[in-house]
Amino acid sequence: MQIHVKVNKVDHIHDVEPRVLLVHYLRDVLRYTGTHIGCETSVCGTCTVHVNNKPTKSCTMFAVQADGCEITTIEGLAVNGELHPLQKSFVEMHGLQCGFCTPGIIMTAADFLQRHRQPSEEDIRYALKGHLCRCTGYHNIIKSIQYAAGIMKEEVAV
Amino acid sequence: MSNTNGLIGQSVKRVEDNRFITGKANYTDDIVLYNQTYAAFVRCPYAHAKIISTDVEAAKAMPGVVAIYTGADLIDVNGVPCGWQVNFKNGDTMREPKHPLLAAGKVRHSGEAVAMVIADTREQATDAAEGVNVQYEELPAVVSAAAAVKQGAPVLHEEAPDNRCFDWELGNPKVEVDQAMAGAAHITSLEFVNQRLIPNAMEPRSYIGSYEAASGKYTLYTSTQAPHLVRLLMCAYVLGIPEHKVRVVGPDVGGGFGSKCFHYTEEALVIWASKKIGRPIKWTAERHESFLLDAHGRDHITKAEMGFDKEGKILALRVKTYANLGAYLSTFSTCVPTYLHGTLMQGLYTTPKINVDVTAVFTNTTPVDAYRGAGRPEATYLLERLMDLAAHEMGRDPAELRFKNFIPPFDGINQPGYQTQVALQYDSGNYHGVLTKGLEMLGYADFRQKQKEAAKDGKLLGVGFSTYVEACGIAPSSVAGALGARAGLYEVGHVRVQPTGKVSVYTGSHSHGQGHETTFAQVVADKLGIPMEDVEVVHGDTESVAFGMGTYGSRSIAVGGSAIVLSIDKIVEKGKKIAAHKLEASADDIEFKQGKFTVKGTDKSLSFGDIALTAYVPHVYPKDLEPGLDFSSFYDPANFTYPFGCHIAVVEIDKETGKVRLTRFIAVDDVGNVINPMIVEGQIHGGVVQGIGQALLEGAEYDENGQLTNGSYMDYSMPRADDVPMFETASQVTPCPHNPLGVKGAGEAGTIGSTPAVVNAVIDALWSGGHQVKDILMPLTSERVWKAMQDPVS
Repeated sequence: MQIHVKVNKVDHIHDVEPRVLLVHYLRDVLRYTGTHIGCETSVCGTCTVHVNNKPTKSCTMFAVQADGCEITTIEGLAVNGELHPLQKSFVEMHGLQCGFCTPGIIMTAADFLQRHRQPSEEDIRYALKGHLCRCTGYHNIIKSIQYAAGIMKEEVAV
Repeated sequence: MSNTNGLIGQSVKRVEDNRFITGKANYTDDIVLYNQTYAAFVRCPYAHAKIISTDVEAAKAMPGVVAIYTGADLIDVNGVPCGWQVNFKNGDTMREPKHPLLAAGKVRHSGEAVAMVIADTREQATDAAEGVNVQYEELPAVVSAAAAVKQGAPVLHEEAPDNRCFDWELGNPKVEVDQAMAGAAHITSLEFVNQRLIPNAMEPRSYIGSYEAASGKYTLYTSTQAPHLVRLLMCAYVLGIPEHKVRVVGPDVGGGFGSKCFHYTEEALVIWASKKIGRPIKWTAERHESFLLDAHGRDHITKAEMGFDKEGKILALRVKTYANLGAYLSTFSTCVPTYLHGTLMQGLYTTPKINVDVTAVFTNTTPVDAYRGAGRPEATYLLERLMDLAAHEMGRDPAELRFKNFIPPFDGINQPGYQTQVALQYDSGNYHGVLTKGLEMLGYADFRQKQKEAAKDGKLLGVGFSTYVEACGIAPSSVAGALGARAGLYEVGHVRVQPTGKVSVYTGSHSHGQGHETTFAQVVADKLGIPMEDVEVVHGDTESVAFGMGTYGSRSIAVGGSAIVLSIDKIVEKGKKIAAHKLEASADDIEFKQGKFTVKGTDKSLSFGDIALTAYVPHVYPKDLEPGLDFSSFYDPANFTYPFGCHIAVVEIDKETGKVRLTRFIAVDDVGNVINPMIVEGQIHGGVVQGIGQALLEGAEYDENGQLTNGSYMDYSMPRADDVPMFETASQVTPCPHNPLGVKGAGEAGTIGSTPAVVNAVIDALWSGGHQVKDILMPLTSERVWKAMQDPVS
């Protein structure tokens, strides 16, 4: 089947088998390998991308379902070469270790911070319920997201 | 320790992070080789079965199929080896059945591969794997270690008719321990299960094998913690390929926690088959395969008794453990319940008589091996549960009981190391310090007051302690060899100063999230007095790193970092000779500080960059000195390092449901000198949560037929963000006296310390409410805690 998608602001038209998962299309065909596969069952969150601005687990969506959609992956999060505040904050607060779950968590958090400008620790922990990280114990992920919220607040103020 | 620009000890941000936060990291599954094929495995659904027939013909005719191999094709190929020989206490050799690359004749655990299907695409390989028709005759399975040693239990291997791999013993003779125990005023005894855990690194294992006919060379890309170790085991023990014909690359690795330091069957298979088909082969595990096939952790059944005199001093410890090794011996499986478990039974205490007896057995389950902590969490769990329980039983305070029994402080320099009853000699320790600090952070007196008031209101609050010591960086090689290790346990550090003064560091350690590219660069930049940007750290490729042993057992900085320091010392020494020649002075009069070689007492100096350039453009140069500034060192430590600490958990229990809420977690860790506090704290956080996972959430569940019944993330509960609080951490520094950086390991400490602290806190909460509970089976689910409250005499 032919699909037409816009990924990280670039249009793509491809013929794909109906059974190809969106994550496989992004990784194998478009070579956006920053989106990872951790469980193939929507539970670990490593494959999270934005589909029409909504965080979506790309391991349980067929590529053909994304026909006509606008998709953003971790590779498309920076704007004009400027890293997203979350990308900066994960470095600043040591929010990652092995980095495998990081792109998915950043994509979820990017959407979350759009809707919650001053989140509490509890809000953030709840927002991350769909993600697993085996390295960090979440402590520094929480701090990274709080730190990014601070940067974004300043940016709005400016 | 820091001798130049003070980078050591700073929380420098990680230099490797940029590629991870932008999606530009390169994990094995991200790599695509030209003309690459994909492998899928046909896996046995039974835990124990005879293979009656395997029909691959229909599958071979399916679209895209390149080749299909079965166990029959590999009869003449060795299995994957066990890296540690642990013999029976009577001297008999350990039973070591073949661990075949593909099962032939018989299958011994659910998920074991019986055929490898290779096709042009992943989907075609998966489809064709379903087209392979295997007929089995199911056999009775044995799942638990306790059942495996019973008369008449199903037998896995002809070589081990009683399912025993070995019976092993360490410490004082049993009779001496029995005598000491007979004089005890109080004996605390505990029978418990240290449940089986599934490591679950977030990146599933992934391998690509390729063969280049023109050169006769193989390349293996692998999600491994130890590329050189994989090459050594695969070449020397399994495939008989000369090592110089194999390149092993470990690109970015998405977590390991031990599970990626072993040599797995699939690694050898993609290499073996890549030559057969003349095309590269990729295999990436799906999560259900990770659950079934990544080596599991723990799985001990233990009875332990600790005897005390009437003052509360420990007189003796007696331990009997049955260790479940699964169906086959994984790489380090045999040393985990023995030399990484029995040797830790001294804990931080002056216990004069200790006997540890371990029976290791085969069962129809996934092989068990080292998982974060590996033996040491099991030992610490045993000791620290006994200590808190003994305090409850004797009506003593658990902190006071520990202070009474601690080994007095020793720095390993002015006071000798502490010789334990169980083979090890601790390097340095100040156990009073970490507990004192932990109690301060907790506000102990206030907590006990609050607990009493809560109990009056019908609420259950509890505090649990765990003071641990562990052994990292197994060493020296001669001792490990005498105990059965089949590999050396040194590390290689190669430092190449480029003509421009930039520095490339090649280390046999291999990061799978620990931040080696930052920590090691800090050490080198500090020692050479140059900016960190001038240092690159290369790891994970046998082609660029001459040799190494990899990252496991919290060894990277203590062993790998020390090897790098040895090479830096050689560079500085040679640099002094070059500087002396150019400055017309004696090498003895040259000092190296702040990146400058200076004639002592003068202002005559040359920069590090000047010396580097001179070494490669040796026009004005000492007559007898070789050009170049490039040194490699093998560092074989004199001893393990022994980090220690105090972990304290505070919990609340919901009396209606039994739900445990972890409200505070305090970790005071002493890992010797710290190179990068931010990274060390991160290691502690992650380790603590893995330990909390064992206490409250995780546990592999097998049914009686040997089926893993919770082999998915929907069934196996791993800690999520809302299961844990923010952590309160602090550090104490007692340097390691025997390595050049004074550092100890930090990667596993959190996991080792945290589990008993959490369980002890729940038990303490129950006692505060009048439920005199000795033990609850981990994980402490709401149901189990609730039941314990209904039945206090459990």
